[in-house]
Amino acid sequence: MDIKRSEVYRYLGYGRNIPDDKVKDTVEECIDLVLNVADMKSIYRIFDLSVNGDIIEIDGHFKATSKNLSKNLTGCESIVLFGATLGTGVDMLIKKYTKLDMSYAVILQAVSATVIEEYCDICQREIEEKLSKEDKFIRPRFSPGYGDFSIENQKMLVNMLECQKKIGLMLTESLMLVPSKSVTAVMGVSKEKKDCHIKGCEECQKTDCAYRRG
Amino acid sequence: MSILDILGKKIVFFDGGTGTLLQEKGLQAGEIPELWNIERADDLVDIHRRYFEAGADIVLTNTFGGNGIKLKDTGKTVSEIVTSAVNNVKKAMAESGIKDRPLFCALDIGPTGKLLKPMGDLSFDDSYNAFKEIAICGEKAGADLVLIETMSDTYELKSAVLAVKENTNLPVFATVVFDEKGKLLTGGDVKTVVGMLEGLGIDALGVNCGLGPVQMKDIALEILKVASVPVIVNPNAGLPRNENGKTVYDVTPEKFSDIMKEIAEAGAWVIGGCCGTTPKHIALLKEKCENIKPKEIEFNKKTIVTSYARAVEIDDIPVIIGERINPTGKSRFKQALRENDIDYILREGFAQQKNGANILDVNVGLPDIDEVSMLETVTKELQSVIDLPLQIDTSNVQAMERALRYYNGKAMVNSVNGKKESMEAVFPIVKKYGGVVVGLTLDEGGIPETAEGRFEVAKKIVETAKSYGIDKKDIVIDVLCMTVSSDNKSALVTLEALKMVKERLCVRTILGVSNISFGLPQRGIINSNFYTMALMNGLDSAIINPASEDMMKSYYSYKVLSGKDESCVDYIEHYSSEVKNVEVKTQNSSEMTLKEAIEKGFKDQAGIIALEMTNTMKPLDIINSELIPALDTVGKGFEKGTIFLPQLLMSAESAKSAFESIKTAMDKSGEVQEKKGKVILATVKGDIHDIGKNIVKVLLENYSFEVYDLGKDVPIETVVETAIENDVKLVGLSALMTTTVTSMEETIKALREKKPDCKVMVGGAVLTQEYADMIKADQYVKDAMASVYYAEKVLSSCNCCK
Repeated sequence: MDIKRSEVYRYLGYGRNIPDDKVKDTVEECIDLVLNVADMKSIYRIFDLSVNGDIIEIDGHFKATSKNLSKNLTGCESIVLFGATLGTGVDMLIKKYTKLDMSYAVILQAVSATVIEEYCDICQREIEEKLSKEDKFIRPRFSPGYGDFSIENQKMLVNMLECQKKIGLMLTESLMLVPSKSVTAVMGVSKEKKDCHIKGCEECQKTDCAYRRG
Repeated sequence: MSILDILGKKIVFFDGGTGTLLQEKGLQAGEIPELWNIERADDLVDIHRRYFEAGADIVLTNTFGGNGIKLKDTGKTVSEIVTSAVNNVKKAMAESGIKDRPLFCALDIGPTGKLLKPMGDLSFDDSYNAFKEIAICGEKAGADLVLIETMSDTYELKSAVLAVKENTNLPVFATVVFDEKGKLLTGGDVKTVVGMLEGLGIDALGVNCGLGPVQMKDIALEILKVASVPVIVNPNAGLPRNENGKTVYDVTPEKFSDIMKEIAEAGAWVIGGCCGTTPKHIALLKEKCENIKPKEIEFNKKTIVTSYARAVEIDDIPVIIGERINPTGKSRFKQALRENDIDYILREGFAQQKNGANILDVNVGLPDIDEVSMLETVTKELQSVIDLPLQIDTSNVQAMERALRYYNGKAMVNSVNGKKESMEAVFPIVKKYGGVVVGLTLDEGGIPETAEGRFEVAKKIVETAKSYGIDKKDIVIDVLCMTVSSDNKSALVTLEALKMVKERLCVRTILGVSNISFGLPQRGIINSNFYTMALMNGLDSAIINPASEDMMKSYYSYKVLSGKDESCVDYIEHYSSEVKNVEVKTQNSSEMTLKEAIEKGFKDQAGIIALEMTNTMKPLDIINSELIPALDTVGKGFEKGTIFLPQLLMSAESAKSAFESIKTAMDKSGEVQEKKGKVILATVKGDIHDIGKNIVKVLLENYSFEVYDLGKDVPIETVVETAIENDVKLVGLSALMTTTVTSMEETIKALREKKPDCKVMVGGAVLTQEYADMIKADQYVKDAMASVYYAEKVLSSCNCCK
């Protein structure tokens, strides 16, 4: 797995600055620690999709309303529901270092955030490859909480994918994903190829964010 | 007739998957299958009947997700769902017209769908209560037994088993999901699961779901090797495959039953299917396996202690039980207990794990603290970060019971002794929760002076335990060692008793070794040599300090010399590179000032240099001339953007390490550093991401604030009550998501009402100045340093700091 150091540094708040050697070494150490305990699991299923105005209907019975997502899904006739997690081991590791050394805890946090994104990219490429054999293409990942696609939709995703049973991914009462290093997302499937390299960060309206990419 | 009467007389068959059949009948993804018990009862009766007709002895109710947590938004009660589900199976029984064999209805209990604390937000008690409700409804509706299945977390599993056993009289079976590596999602393996479940008194156990029969076979064989109770194997029809977006299982009934036949011949007594299996799978399974004679279960004599993720076997390789989590004779530890400084205790745990402990002894008894709640807290906290099994060490029976109830796994219990009163109190608890109990060879007559006398007490303990249904594999005997300085034969008596107990009673042994040298100078010399002698006389486990070089040298050399360290691997790993490390340390510490060490974030060196400095300087002078200036330099750099968060924290940790050294010196000199004021920190209710709050905590502590860290997912009342009780004037709240900012707002509101003189600062990923204003916080703190500056501003002007 190719873990982009620049992403780790970005999560740590370095922006375009490069960390000193001590921090760099610790980052390397933390990458080993995370990869050692990460138990990466993912699941996806493809459902029929219809979009009417802002209303998105999945599998003929599930409805969600979102302007941003409907725009993202224009021209798609089916949709990939996707879930991925690094497992509870990473959470425990971070908790352990919270007690031992906070500098490690924040670096582990940044590393694992990078790892889960990278893992999702790998899974996405696999799905892309499979679909390309049927001359189908997928749109960028879109997660509950992006834009006006309500976080409430986590429930639908987790239930329809049976995430608890299949990959051990669950929700808290306040709709947070546990284990914490997890992602749920949808990806539109269409017959036309659309440039789909734009990801969540660049899409976000919060342009003054310290962690903004690029 | 009970299912237990049939087990072992013939192979017993479970039904197969229900989900696939329900989907064929139109169940959609995300739909709640349990509602069909009421809405589509006929369809369920039809599925159940087909399984009975195919040959199943036990059919599961359609209640996998029938607990109150999963049914919350469905408008149906657990009782309604469970009653109709049991009725459907009973109806299918009647409709099948089968009379030639007894049929059983098993209440199916699946997971809650929530992750338990500490990683998730469901408490053990809430999980227990959800299972209690479904179990009671199931028994009332007429289920014949309970199957707890598809569990992937031992803690949730434990809460379910306890709930069923404590609230019903039904036989209880349990199966878990292993992945191909033989691991649960939470890290446990076969031994940890079997150890815990047998400890809890399960009637049958095994594996289901996740894998097909091919991948499951090796795991089933391993379970059969370890388990002393009947084994259940319910695989899927292969591994799931994605085909056009649908999940497909494609192991045919022929292939499925062929492999299952091998598993039954190897000793599984109860077999059936899970996802993707159909009545056809079960029919063929029955045809091929019904004439197999159940293989006799071999009783496993191994002494096994487990955590949720690790099993430690007390056998021929000596086991080290770390003794450091114990306040006896340690003023710093006592202080930590009184100040509720759990982190200090956890660090003792980490250090012992690093130094080679296999199990950690946990003793938090102090006359002036509430041991019952402290032992529970420390047990839970240790288990949230350390995967070693624990030895619950207390003479308070109530504390022992609570700790064992909330312990995740099969613990070691320290201790019981030969007194009637002790055995009557401890054995029922050990029997109920499972555990390996330490038996001390003393009784009403005191500690026998002779080896023979101690052997007799040991024998009494083993025999009495047996009358409670506790096998001797779950007892380790401590023949006790008395200080050799007051009786120079005492070591010999101990060694003789050790040998006698081991050879004649065939039980495992344990000793708290260091008692032997009490009253002598250079105790390490005596301890380590006695340790070697004890090992040679049959000592299996010892409660020692794994940081003691002398003891570890004895341990590693004994292992080599007694042929228990193959190719001397452990010895070489420990002692080949040691010399180098020491050199590096001394070199660094002599070249650096404390200020530099902190600024550059060299944590170990900062601690060492500070300790050296306490020889020549007053503690407070070190703090004022080196520590504070270093922290200020780093803090300013962070503000200017020349220093980044990781460096800020490396410096903070270095300062902390220096403080720890200085604190020791201050304890000796009686000097006290004034605290600047009290601050409460909490990640608000509903929010479980606490890294930001923890960053703030380290920095505030660096700047001598007294921090009340309430943790994450903190109820509003807890914040308010803590503020009132301790008259705290500043509260820091953190929230990560928009959904939890609401609870931040409510917490602020409650504080305004009940503790109006308390200021509130807020921070977290989603917060902005506007947001902070909207929820009426006093201050938005954009980062950790900002919270330090605000705390200084607020608390240096309040009365408590003047």
